[in-house]
Amino acid sequence: MIWAKTYAAPPVNEREGLRYAGCHFREATVEERQLFEACLSEIQGKLSYKVCWGRFPVKKEGICLDFGFSQVDSAGLTKNLEGCEEIILFAATIGLEIDRAIRKYTNLSPAKALFFQAIGAERIESLCDAFCEEQGKALQAEGKFLKPRFSPGYGDLPLEMQKDIFRVLDCSRKIGLTLNESLLMSPSKSVTAIVGISGEEYQKEKNKCGACQNLDCAFRG
Amino acid sequence: MNVLDYLKNNIIYMDGGMGTLLQAEGLQPGEHPERWNLEHPEVIIKLQKMYFDAGANIINTNTFGANSLKFDQEELEEIIKAAIANAKAAAAASTGVQEKFVALDIGPSGRLLKPYGDFDFEEAVAVFAETVRFGVKHGADMVFIETMNDSYETKAALLAAKENCHLPVFVSNAYGEDGKLMTGASPASMVAMLEGMGADAIGVNCSLGPKALASVVEQYLEKASVPVVLKPNAGLPREVDGKTVFDVLPDEFSDDVAGLIAKGVRIAGGCCGTTPAYIEAVVEKTKGRKPLPVEKKNITCVSSYTHAVEFGASPIIIGERINPTGKKRFKQALVENDIDYILNEGLTQQEKGVQILDVNVGLPEIDEVEMLKKVCFELQAIIDLPLQIDTSDVAAMEQALRRYNGKAMINSVNGKQENMDAIFPLVKKYGGLVVALTLDEGGIPDTAAGRVAIAEKILKTAESYGIEKKDIIFDTLAMAISADPNAAKATVDALHEIKHRLGCHTSLGVSNISFGLPNRDAINSTFFAMALENGLSAAIMNPFSGDMMKTYFAYRALHGLDENCGDYIDFASKYVPAAAATTVTQLTAASASEEYKSALQKAVVKGLKDQAGELTAKLLEETAPLEIVQNEIIPALDIVGKGYEEKTVYLPQLLMAAEAAKSAFEKIKASMSTEKGEAAAKCSFVLATVKGDIHDIGKNIVKLLLENYGFDVTDLGRDVAPEVIVEEVKKQHAPLCGLSALMTTTVPAMEETIKQLRVEAPWCKVVVGGAVLTQDYADRIGADKYAKDAMESVRYADEINAGLRE
Repeated sequence: MIWAKTYAAPPVNEREGLRYAGCHFREATVEERQLFEACLSEIQGKLSYKVCWGRFPVKKEGICLDFGFSQVDSAGLTKNLEGCEEIILFAATIGLEIDRAIRKYTNLSPAKALFFQAIGAERIESLCDAFCEEQGKALQAEGKFLKPRFSPGYGDLPLEMQKDIFRVLDCSRKIGLTLNESLLMSPSKSVTAIVGISGEEYQKEKNKCGACQNLDCAFRG
Repeated sequence: MNVLDYLKNNIIYMDGGMGTLLQAEGLQPGEHPERWNLEHPEVIIKLQKMYFDAGANIINTNTFGANSLKFDQEELEEIIKAAIANAKAAAAASTGVQEKFVALDIGPSGRLLKPYGDFDFEEAVAVFAETVRFGVKHGADMVFIETMNDSYETKAALLAAKENCHLPVFVSNAYGEDGKLMTGASPASMVAMLEGMGADAIGVNCSLGPKALASVVEQYLEKASVPVVLKPNAGLPREVDGKTVFDVLPDEFSDDVAGLIAKGVRIAGGCCGTTPAYIEAVVEKTKGRKPLPVEKKNITCVSSYTHAVEFGASPIIIGERINPTGKKRFKQALVENDIDYILNEGLTQQEKGVQILDVNVGLPEIDEVEMLKKVCFELQAIIDLPLQIDTSDVAAMEQALRRYNGKAMINSVNGKQENMDAIFPLVKKYGGLVVALTLDEGGIPDTAAGRVAIAEKILKTAESYGIEKKDIIFDTLAMAISADPNAAKATVDALHEIKHRLGCHTSLGVSNISFGLPNRDAINSTFFAMALENGLSAAIMNPFSGDMMKTYFAYRALHGLDENCGDYIDFASKYVPAAAATTVTQLTAASASEEYKSALQKAVVKGLKDQAGELTAKLLEETAPLEIVQNEIIPALDIVGKGYEEKTVYLPQLLMAAEAAKSAFEKIKASMSTEKGEAAAKCSFVLATVKGDIHDIGKNIVKLLLENYGFDVTDLGRDVAPEVIVEEVKKQHAPLCGLSALMTTTVPAMEETIKQLRVEAPWCKVVVGGAVLTQDYADRIGADKYAKDAMESVRYADEINAGLRE
């Protein structure tokens, strides 16, 4: 069964929002903060927070993963799903209005467009966090836990997998999320991800950037 | 019997859900249900027969996703042929004695249309058209377009149906909890658009249960003049003991649906989670009931992709400023293809409170068909106001109407037979509210009676084209009183008669009245008040005119159209007479400080857009434009740019400063286009995001900074093919080309572009940037320069430009 739900707005993490815009939280100027706040209040009421999801078994052979709806080779995801026999597959979006705001200000005010980009990134990540937290809590009744989420395009998990995900979750009908020919999503501030269901509680890595190979990343912690 | 004939005197029942039933029969997640028409016809026939047995009149074929995006042509035809045959076999096998019809079912494509997706409108029309043609060929009785959650895609599907068959077409949309489509359309806007295009019945399906959909359905019943469809879900799904159950059971479902049939719904069925038991219960509770008649609502309205604007007692303001007539700067923008300038004219009018935007981009030296299409498209990407498409070029009108997302206002038709024969077919096909000018082959009559006579002729001709009175709004033509002292009276008298005797809405381009006179606002606003008092429904006017807006708000308050005078009070509190506005001198004194060389420099560094513009305007009174650029703006940009490179300034501040500089440049540009002499611009720079990539924020930042630093930038946009980039570089003999890519998958397109540039334009230096690029990548694909950020692109461009001068 594929489920769909509309969520209430998760709390805003201003620090993350500013970081996505390229500002260090403590060093942002008064003008930068004011503009960030103005953008936030302009868009907040127009966003919608929708998620659709399903629960699927996973079979593993080497680095080949079989979810029933899709078969993929990925060393990264195989490692991520260690100890998991099931997954939650979800798609989340904050809707089209953020894209409209970004487009509106792209030429009119690139600074605002930048902040809308950043707010969009922060909002969709916060929605994913809220969804995973809710699912994690529900699974505790079964004595199960969630692993960190993993998306097509991360590491060696092919973006091609988006096609299978969109087919099985029926994203367009359930939450109004569509896939472009170049495998990008519209609305753009959206996420699809696989979350492993494990019998053991996942211990957060101290340095969450440790697993990533992009050593040159500005966001590297 | 035709389904429309049957509908005249009967409630029509439709089928219920198919997906859940097919899953119970073994359909796997992700499997295409449409293939079951061929692989398991006996299952499809069995389920559809159950719906006929339950009393359904219309069965939708199992073709929800049957389109050429998912199946090749041969398989598509096989599927549709089998699906119709299956539904007909079910009808033949059913014991039900009711009238039975088979509807070709068309669901959404699963792709989002441009501008926010990558699916072109005409491509979408072509995809739906193919499905429709197969449906007609294999004998469907009607077309049912359903579960559409985007207004633009709905329009594409309906247009495809209308252009490829004469079958009845019902259209049903899927609304969210907020009572809107996913892309923002309200029920009133959908009713306006779909009725305008000639849908035979319209309504609502999927998403929610009948209680949750009731308010949307009631809005349809209030606005629609065609029969209303309702096909709700069985509420929301829940999991009970590992099984999926829906929370609204047949008894409650049929009570709710019967209640809405009593309010006027004429076509009822079910969607996700409903089964033959649900349909049977609905039929049982309502069978034999005399249906409520479908009444004409006579609503005069236009719509955008979000909302409808109705013409009624409160006057409507139509913003007139997107028009090159008498505007040098606007003409320049059209010639230079400066769409941003035009969009800005739309945005500022929206801020001033106009409800509709007039769009006129006619200029002899440009291709009006392409320009009008483009401007309407770009306006609809960022502004949710309905548009009034204003052109005398019939081809341009048709192209713009075809792609317009909503029901447009059409400016204009007149009483000349030839003109009516050209315009009315477009109104009939695409829908629209058409402005009718009271002139004909004999010119503009001097008298009110003459103009009213033309209006009557126009109404009669419109009727012969099947266009109703409510979709015509008359403009009785304001003429200059400086030329004819009785001009205002004739216009207003004709207006009064058309409004009160003919019962039609009216509109005027108000400002023509004062042509040739001083202090035109005084005449305009008084004439505006006279016209309003005599029944003017809408005015095409300049919302920046304080006098006109005063009249507008005062009229509404005086006529009891403004609750508690709220809008008037709000307007009055913001309204500042020209003389009392803050002078720039005060501003200058207040903001210069020791840290900065001048107030302008400070405004730019701090990113204060409005101040930067005002200070520049003031400086221009005494200083040469180029001197301001060299001594004030560029040094200020350098301060910020250097700070950014040294990491003491962050990206947002850099952009805010660039915007302030741009606002200063806009003033300089305006002053230079009135003076002679060209700016000593730096060399040309062609900029694009490469093919396959739609990310453009980085590219736009580079563009803004390059423009600030005086480069002649041509921005080709995003997803640009190598050939297009090469062509432009060659055309301009551009010494610099910037390419941006964000995704690893599009770096090959960048490499290909560079390869072609090397062959066709060997003189051109190529600078590349974007999230995935590194020095290493840039070297490998043969770029001349890897720029890690926008400032580095500027520095490199300056270097090349200096080299050219030497």
